[in-house]
Amino acid sequence: MTTVDAGSIQRGSLATLAHGLKLAPEFRNGLPTTLGLALLSTAGRVVVPLAVQQTIDHGLSGKTPDLPLVRVACGLAALAVALTAVANFFMNVRLYRTTEDGLLALRTRAFRRVHDLSVLHQAAERRGSLVSRVTGDVDTISTFMQFGGLLIVVSVAQVVLATVLMLWWSWQLTLVVYVCMLPLALSLRVFQKKLQVAYRGVRERIGELLGAISESVVGAPVIRAYGAQARTAQRVDDAVSRTRQAQTRAQTISATTFCSGELTTALANSAVIVIGVLLATNGHLTLGRLIGFLFLVTLFVQPVQVATEVLNEAQNAIAGMRRVLGVLDTPTDIADPAPGRGLPEGPVSVTFDHVSFAYPGGPEVLHDVDLTLPAQTRVAVVGETGSGKTTFAKLLTRLMDPTRGRVLLGGVPLDQLQFASLRQRVVMVPQDGFLFDTTVADNVRYGRLGASDEDIVLAFTELGLLDWVDALPEGIHSHVGERGESLSVGERQLVAIARAYVADPDLLVLDEATSAVDPATEVRLARALDSLTRGRTTLTIAHRLSTAEAADEVLVVDKGVVVQRGPHADLVAVPGVYADLHASWINQSR
Amino acid sequence: MDAPHRTPRQVIWRGLWILRLAVHEEPRIFAVSAVGSALFGGMTIAQAYAFGHITSTVIQPSIQRGDTTTASLAGAVLLVMGVATLKVFGILGRRLGAGIMQYRLQATYRKRVTRRYLELPLEWHQQHPTGELLSNANSDVEATWYPIAPFPFAVGVVFMLIGTLALLFFTDPVLAVVGSIIFPAIAILTVVYSSRMSPLMTRAQQLRGEVSTIAHESFDGALVVKTLGRESFETDRFTAKSRELRDTLVQVGRVRGLFDPLMEALPVIGVLLVLVVGTSRVGSGHLSSGDLVRVAYLFTLLAFPVRAIGWVLNELPRSVVGYDRVLRVLEAEGQQHFGTAEPAVDGPVTLDVRDLSFAYGDDQVLHQVCFDVAPGRTVAVVGPTGSGKSTLATLLVRLVDPLSGVVEYDGTDVAAFAPGRLATIAALAPQTTFLFDDTVRGNVTLGAEISDEQVWAALRVAQADGFVAALGKGLDTVVGERGTTLSGGQRQRLALARAVARNPRLLVLDDATSSVDPSVEQRILAGLRGSASASTVVVVAYRRATIALADEVVFVDDGRLVDRGTHDELRERCAGYRDLVTAYERAEAEREAEHAGDETESVR
Repeated sequence: MTTVDAGSIQRGSLATLAHGLKLAPEFRNGLPTTLGLALLSTAGRVVVPLAVQQTIDHGLSGKTPDLPLVRVACGLAALAVALTAVANFFMNVRLYRTTEDGLLALRTRAFRRVHDLSVLHQAAERRGSLVSRVTGDVDTISTFMQFGGLLIVVSVAQVVLATVLMLWWSWQLTLVVYVCMLPLALSLRVFQKKLQVAYRGVRERIGELLGAISESVVGAPVIRAYGAQARTAQRVDDAVSRTRQAQTRAQTISATTFCSGELTTALANSAVIVIGVLLATNGHLTLGRLIGFLFLVTLFVQPVQVATEVLNEAQNAIAGMRRVLGVLDTPTDIADPAPGRGLPEGPVSVTFDHVSFAYPGGPEVLHDVDLTLPAQTRVAVVGETGSGKTTFAKLLTRLMDPTRGRVLLGGVPLDQLQFASLRQRVVMVPQDGFLFDTTVADNVRYGRLGASDEDIVLAFTELGLLDWVDALPEGIHSHVGERGESLSVGERQLVAIARAYVADPDLLVLDEATSAVDPATEVRLARALDSLTRGRTTLTIAHRLSTAEAADEVLVVDKGVVVQRGPHADLVAVPGVYADLHASWINQSR
Repeated sequence: MDAPHRTPRQVIWRGLWILRLAVHEEPRIFAVSAVGSALFGGMTIAQAYAFGHITSTVIQPSIQRGDTTTASLAGAVLLVMGVATLKVFGILGRRLGAGIMQYRLQATYRKRVTRRYLELPLEWHQQHPTGELLSNANSDVEATWYPIAPFPFAVGVVFMLIGTLALLFFTDPVLAVVGSIIFPAIAILTVVYSSRMSPLMTRAQQLRGEVSTIAHESFDGALVVKTLGRESFETDRFTAKSRELRDTLVQVGRVRGLFDPLMEALPVIGVLLVLVVGTSRVGSGHLSSGDLVRVAYLFTLLAFPVRAIGWVLNELPRSVVGYDRVLRVLEAEGQQHFGTAEPAVDGPVTLDVRDLSFAYGDDQVLHQVCFDVAPGRTVAVVGPTGSGKSTLATLLVRLVDPLSGVVEYDGTDVAAFAPGRLATIAALAPQTTFLFDDTVRGNVTLGAEISDEQVWAALRVAQADGFVAALGKGLDTVVGERGTTLSGGQRQRLALARAVARNPRLLVLDDATSSVDPSVEQRILAGLRGSASASTVVVVAYRRATIALADEVVFVDDGRLVDRGTHDELRERCAGYRDLVTAYERAEAEREAEHAGDETESVR
């Protein structure tokens, strides 16, 4: 399966930024004013060379220093500094407000998009990687915008202002400074490319590192049961060392870049001194302007130097942005149709119209399934592992779309059915009864957000599970722990069933939803569900054939084909796949 | 899991303590970077001196004479380039040193934290959310050593400031007074800045963690979210927390907006003061204009580096919080204690379980369970959902230690075995399967010395040889999160092969075939019966075929051992057991009765 990175187009840095601005227009709120304030706030920086030049050329040029003039010049300069400080304050406040608004939008949109991705896309991604799209990656962008990115803006303004002042004083020396900067400006591109490669390496290593660390945490029971501590430690150590090496490599390139900036400063200073002195001896330049120039060179080179520094951050941010945008750009191949239709009132019938399915890049796992299940029937789907049972359920609930043919519910093609209607009326209970880290009651309420505690108790009562829930330390208010891990696997499934039950669907799909529950409870649940689902359509995928025995109709799937169909009593009587399955089931359970 | 509360002052002290620890951990590389930084600082001052020197010996005389010499210009260029070259060496030493130091510390602590994860008992893991443990090893370690990047720089700056003040006093005491006002003012401002920033940054980091936790949980439960159409609900939940984070960060922006301009303005004000004061000092003959230029230039050069102190101080709060969390792992109590006993290597284990009790917190799930298993025998542990069977299974192989009671192998308490010995003789195939991001072979052997033939034999027993052979690269196929996707049943069979491959003396199967088809399960059980003759087997099961594999059944309910005996005996005398194992038959019988009833009715 393609990952969300592979799915998006590889854009250049600027194109990525532009695309980001397009997807989160919040970033542009009041941008001109903020930029204007940023420009204003750099004005304070050229004040010093100007004051130095005035002091030397006018204050110190006579036989005795002109103290009042120096005081006035420095006083004005101080006023300018104060004004730029105020501009700086407002700029900062606005910058944070705007960028954080934009990032909030980006974060929440990416989060939503992850949920809107099809199960195939979700399954193809490491969980941690998806999480970092809405956390770490966004934080990287935020760091860049509030530090590096700001520095770039301020630096550009500073260079422009410095150039204006330099041109006023001496166009020849300005030219000299620019010529000195040229090699650095040109080599910056090369350094940037190298850094880009190096940081990509760092990110990949960190990805592996997170995977290795998570194994040591998530695999804790297995590691202990098999004494695999040393081996796991070795795997983590290797990943840690590789990460460190990649980081060091990147750091070396970045330091070299910074140093070339420093050497350029020296080069420019030397050239300004030599050419400046030659110009000054010919009377083309005053002492104050020459000294002022040397102050300006600092101003001029500093931004370039900072820019090389900021490249690191920029690379990280662009990469982060690319990853966040990668999520936003991934098409939601299973999309909510607009306008879309609602499901007709009442019980739901199911039609598979010549449906085939293959996982992307894989062989076909379901071949030309063509059948109709009338409303209110209770259907069991049986078959060996890998026969396509679960695929059947996923197509039915539109977790995936068929590669050929179409699925209809109540006569409405699934791809025209509004999600709101689909998810409210059709509920699937997956095998893995995932629970959120809250109480039993809140987890059940997840099925119907308005459900009261009484509703929840009633649900457990009707499902015949009240004695179980009452035996919990705090009844329905017991906390289930992370992923529900305070409960046993079977108990989690019980809560998941209750959750589906309060959702009150017209079509209920159970995908091995009771696989870890003991037989007595399963039978009790099945009986409860049986009476509760009377009048609704249910489809149960089961490898325990007790379910099939109770169903109105059994669908037998073998190697992606529905090979048999009919009530249990009919099927078991004729030789075939079902009779074999049933025989081994009987053999096992009696 | 709240961090200890600290006042901003305490945070700074604690942060400095962590910096000292860093120096203690990496003294050599710190020395390299500090020396580099000092060289950088010295050369920065030298740069200003060279500048003043060139102004008064080359530029001024040349302009006054209206002529210059190649020698004086060449001397000036040499001086500028020479100082710059040394400065570059300083920068390289400082930056490379700081980087290497930071990355080494991160690496060291990541290793230590994960080592601790591997050492700590399973109970400890069960008490800590996965997300928290992941961020302890990752972002918390990172945050702890954030201040290391600017740290050597800041150390150099401190030397630079001291040097500057000394030289100022030497040049002109009055200008030195200006310096002694401006530079301490910058330092004080920096400290005030970081004390204002500290609580906000702590709050922001905490919120980042909470945002991350929500994302983790929500994406973990993506299937449930999708099947119930709760995407908007989840997005709202995530947005609410993200908003809090944004609001905090906007506050950060205000504080920064207040202090950043001040930090920038102070050195500028310093230069202006130098010019005003200096001009009058030049007038009174205490100072040359070359000296004035030099001092002004020095102030300009220092304006930026002085902030390095602020960078370090600003990162300290995050560092302190990060280190507190890391320390909670490193200092976590509850290590399993081991003895020195060496188990026998061959033959099935004699298992003895006596008065075994266990509790998760206040919730006691096992009450004084007693039973024994003779060597080579197979016992089925049967009981309703939530009766404590899985807990019992984990106790048998000592993944956790009991509240009271003992588990003995051949008369030796499992806690008395030397570290690592238990895993060589006992294997547990758990209910939920965990596969490593590794090859099929790696997942089965987990690093143990097991030949490919043995791996294939184990795969055969687990009925996994067929699909493994069909995988592109056979045993070398990478499975796990990033590898080939396997179905639940296939994953379970691999996990079973993992247990079988070691020819354990005690094999514990915790409903290890729940996701496997009945027909396949039957074949697995047949295989086990054939191969596990050298093992004592405890199997947690519901299914009759699995129970049929057992010589004896132990029936538990609500954490208590209710009865034990053969299947037939228990079925005869134990009502709870009978209810459980005959559930399907009874259900069928009832259905048939109903069916018959229906027919009778329709006949009537």
